[in-house]
Amino acid sequence: MPDHKRPLRVIVAKAGLDGHDRGAKVIARALRDAGMEVIYTGLFQTPEQIVNTAIQEDADGIGLSILSGAHMTLFPLVVEQLKAKGVDDIVFFGGGTIPPDDAVELKRLGVREIFTPGAPLSDIIKFIERECGKRRELVG
Amino acid sequence: MAKMIERATPLKRSGPGSGATDRTISDIPLKELYGPEDLAGLDLERDLGQPGEYPYTRGIHPSMYRGRLWTMRQFAGFGNAKQTNERYHFLLAQGQMGLSVAFDMPTLMGYDSDAPQSLGEVGKCGVAIDSLADMEQLFDGIDMGAITTSMTINGPACIALAQYVAAAEKKGIPRRALGGTIQADILKEYIAQKEWIFPPRPHVRIIVDMMKFCTEQMPKWNTISISGYHIREAGSTAVQELAFTLADGFAYVEAATKAGMDVDSFAPRLSFFFNSHIDFFEEICKFRAARRIYARHMREKYGAKDPRSWQLRFHTQTAGCSATAQQPLNNVARVAFEAMAAVLGGTQSLHTNSMDEVLALPSERAVEVALRTQQVLAYETNVTNVVDPLGGSYFIESLTDEMERQAEDYFRQIEEYGGCIEAIEAGFLQKEIADASYAYQRSLETQERIIVGVNAFEREGSEKDIELLRIEPKVEAEQAQRVKGMRTHRDAGDVDRALAALKRACTDQSINVMPPLIDAVNAMATEGEIVEAMVSVYGRYTETPRY
Repeated sequence: MPDHKRPLRVIVAKAGLDGHDRGAKVIARALRDAGMEVIYTGLFQTPEQIVNTAIQEDADGIGLSILSGAHMTLFPLVVEQLKAKGVDDIVFFGGGTIPPDDAVELKRLGVREIFTPGAPLSDIIKFIERECGKRRELVG
Repeated sequence: MAKMIERATPLKRSGPGSGATDRTISDIPLKELYGPEDLAGLDLERDLGQPGEYPYTRGIHPSMYRGRLWTMRQFAGFGNAKQTNERYHFLLAQGQMGLSVAFDMPTLMGYDSDAPQSLGEVGKCGVAIDSLADMEQLFDGIDMGAITTSMTINGPACIALAQYVAAAEKKGIPRRALGGTIQADILKEYIAQKEWIFPPRPHVRIIVDMMKFCTEQMPKWNTISISGYHIREAGSTAVQELAFTLADGFAYVEAATKAGMDVDSFAPRLSFFFNSHIDFFEEICKFRAARRIYARHMREKYGAKDPRSWQLRFHTQTAGCSATAQQPLNNVARVAFEAMAAVLGGTQSLHTNSMDEVLALPSERAVEVALRTQQVLAYETNVTNVVDPLGGSYFIESLTDEMERQAEDYFRQIEEYGGCIEAIEAGFLQKEIADASYAYQRSLETQERIIVGVNAFEREGSEKDIELLRIEPKVEAEQAQRVKGMRTHRDAGDVDRALAALKRACTDQSINVMPPLIDAVNAMATEGEIVEAMVSVYGRYTETPRY
């Protein structure tokens, strides 16, 4: 029987050289306040480190925050790492200063959702509860 | 005695946004009306003085903008040195008065463009500068002796300064003649911006070396731009920005005097850099309070005797974090209000953000509108005609006092940790900012506060209202190739010798790091190589993740 009582577990990640961590920290707190278990990776993680953390922690989701303009490189690298490690159930989403056209492209490449500045915390929480909740029902 | 102003029932709006009618954006309580009773404790002579006189609440110059306008200085950099050089020529041709270099993330973090860590970041949020060759190209066709340049770089600031000096000297311009500012404010990196390389203590030692070097050899150069901008962008309140920035400034003053420098030998060339956020009057009061606090501490606590050491000079940038991705054209209006607050607060120079910066680096059209906004402010609004036009306002003076009082409270708390570096190491400042940033975000969620186009007056798809600047992916490959190629066309022995001399200076506190850095740059050592040499002595800083 899947354990529905265990809270959802989400990795909030910062990659590359980007030090803008205001958004990531606000999201981490908001998810925690919404009852989730949050693991904040801290700054300057490689895509491989992020995916490894998610696997080790049995996370339901990974939220990646990028505000340095490197999103078209780093998001696809996380997708690649997930594929390379045979992970297809962890919900990978993200946010940052990402132009609308890039967001469309990233979603095409396998990022589940992109939240841009101004996205309400409640929308992000609802998204995670819905998508990660589906994962939990599948994997227990 | 002045008659107290009374209201039977305080009036208050209801509905969205009404939760914030009686507080500033930083949660300072506001009254409905201010009157003479609010100035009861104000001593005009002691607390305000005249413009150009201690404690400089009303401005550092007697005639302010009547005598000279602020410097319009737009921060710019993207792609490679050649592209950014073209933007600089454009900006100077449009009437901009000084340059301000935005470096890309690898340059800011001390990595060359071909380093694995740089993948995807080259030229993205600024210009890529790997070596002296790039710095020379950046200023190609620009008279470095005639303009002033601001360089926003902190961890590797000493290297950028060495490159700037070397590039100018290759053109025959002596270092004495160079005017400008280098940010070099490492303490706020640990607090807010996170662009560090070494741990705090060696970093502060390097900054003291830079201060000594500039005092002796670059008399027109501002050695540190002590920055609240990034603290505010990280989510602090206005009071936190004010208090933490000044606390950082005092920490540098203490470090330099401890290293044997006379306070009046370097203090006149310390400058500050503040954010101008959207709460109009609070920002004006923040700038006025900053000047008064600084003057008082510099004269009374640090014993500075030269009036120039008491004067807080500052650059202002409008708040990037107040801009919205939704309906980006609205940002033009926000920037205009924020710019006016900076000018009414007495800024010495100003960067107005472009409407599109929340989505990408600014396009040329967006930058032009931003610069024109300053020109409209300077030449059309007439706010420049009277010195400190708001001085004496019941509300302004009362809020200025309150912000000074709250900042002094923070200084006491920081003192209890043993000082600024200790408070940073304990994570105190970082936690205060994270708490404020979260509280602010919650106030948007509950619609206590309104941001037009974000949590009220929304319109679907408005992010696509403007054209964005795209950085071609080939920039990264070309820049990586350029630095690789450069390494094969230099004398490797020269580089090794220069880096060895630099390491000796890093180990031996009695040798200033700046001269060996300039030698290393001239030997065509890259930024990444220089940083690696220094990291081999100092180590790299890592932060404990907290949220």
